[in-house]
Amino acid sequence: MKNKLSLIILFIFLIFCFIIFYKGLNNSNIYTPKTSGEKNIPIFKAKDFNSNILIDSEKIFKKNDYYIVNIWASWCVPCRNEHPLLMELSKIKSVKLIGLNYKDNSNNAKNFISELGNPYSQILIDKDGILAVEFGAYGVPETFIIGKNKKIIKKFLGPINQKIFDEIKLIIK
Amino acid sequence: MNILKVFLIMFLSIVFFELKADEKNDEFKNKILKNIRCLICQGQSVYDSESDFASSIKLIVDQKIDEEVSEEKIYEFLREKYGDWIIYDPKLKKNTYILWLLPILLFFLGGAILYKKISIINK
Repeated sequence: MKNKLSLIILFIFLIFCFIIFYKGLNNSNIYTPKTSGEKNIPIFKAKDFNSNILIDSEKIFKKNDYYIVNIWASWCVPCRNEHPLLMELSKIKSVKLIGLNYKDNSNNAKNFISELGNPYSQILIDKDGILAVEFGAYGVPETFIIGKNKKIIKKFLGPINQKIFDEIKLIIK
Repeated sequence: MNILKVFLIMFLSIVFFELKADEKNDEFKNKILKNIRCLICQGQSVYDSESDFASSIKLIVDQKIDEEVSEEKIYEFLREKYGDWIIYDPKLKKNTYILWLLPILLFFLGGAILYKKISIINK
């Protein structure tokens, strides 16, 4: 009787282990940070792309406005692909696009903008990537939606596609 | 001549102490960097990684150390930005209780089984 009980316990334990490992095999082991949930916008000072003047973040983001912060670089191929959709987003009056030029050569960045158009109301320079980390980004392109309460309400990893574009439009409606 | 010797000793000792201080600072910085996971080269620490992300994190850690921010506050800053996973050493909290307590429980369970077996053999 005692032996039977220990066998049953062992069997249940093995099944439990099997389920855990089986579930684990199906899970992706590539970690991606959370993309939803409100977060405070960082407080920072950054150089303006056009004037090279140091600007306070408090003066960029104002209450009761939607902002889209897009991290981009001229060397980033997916940034080129998402650019036409950013141009479309820039036509929406209820939102302002802020570009964060990430670890880029200023001449290349200027050529990129003059070739593909400028969807941004303001571009900030992030020469060493510190500003991107302050926003919680870890690659390019990444896009952040800042709500009327001056908080990051949504983050999109990778280039904007039609699906993300529609989602952004729904958020800022 | 004696004055020259005194100056030389003073100069060398300043250089020596500065080197020592730098070494200590580097050790502290490396300890922190080895505990941060690179999100681009997952499985590698920021210390080992050469990715763009890792180089930015190295700069931020440098900056925070210069501002005399404590080690725990640096980890807190990164956790807030990227979640718990970015730090190799997980904090003891609600969703890590099993992770921390299970090995201790298994250790005691194994000890109890072993104790029982030994006492049976001794009988």
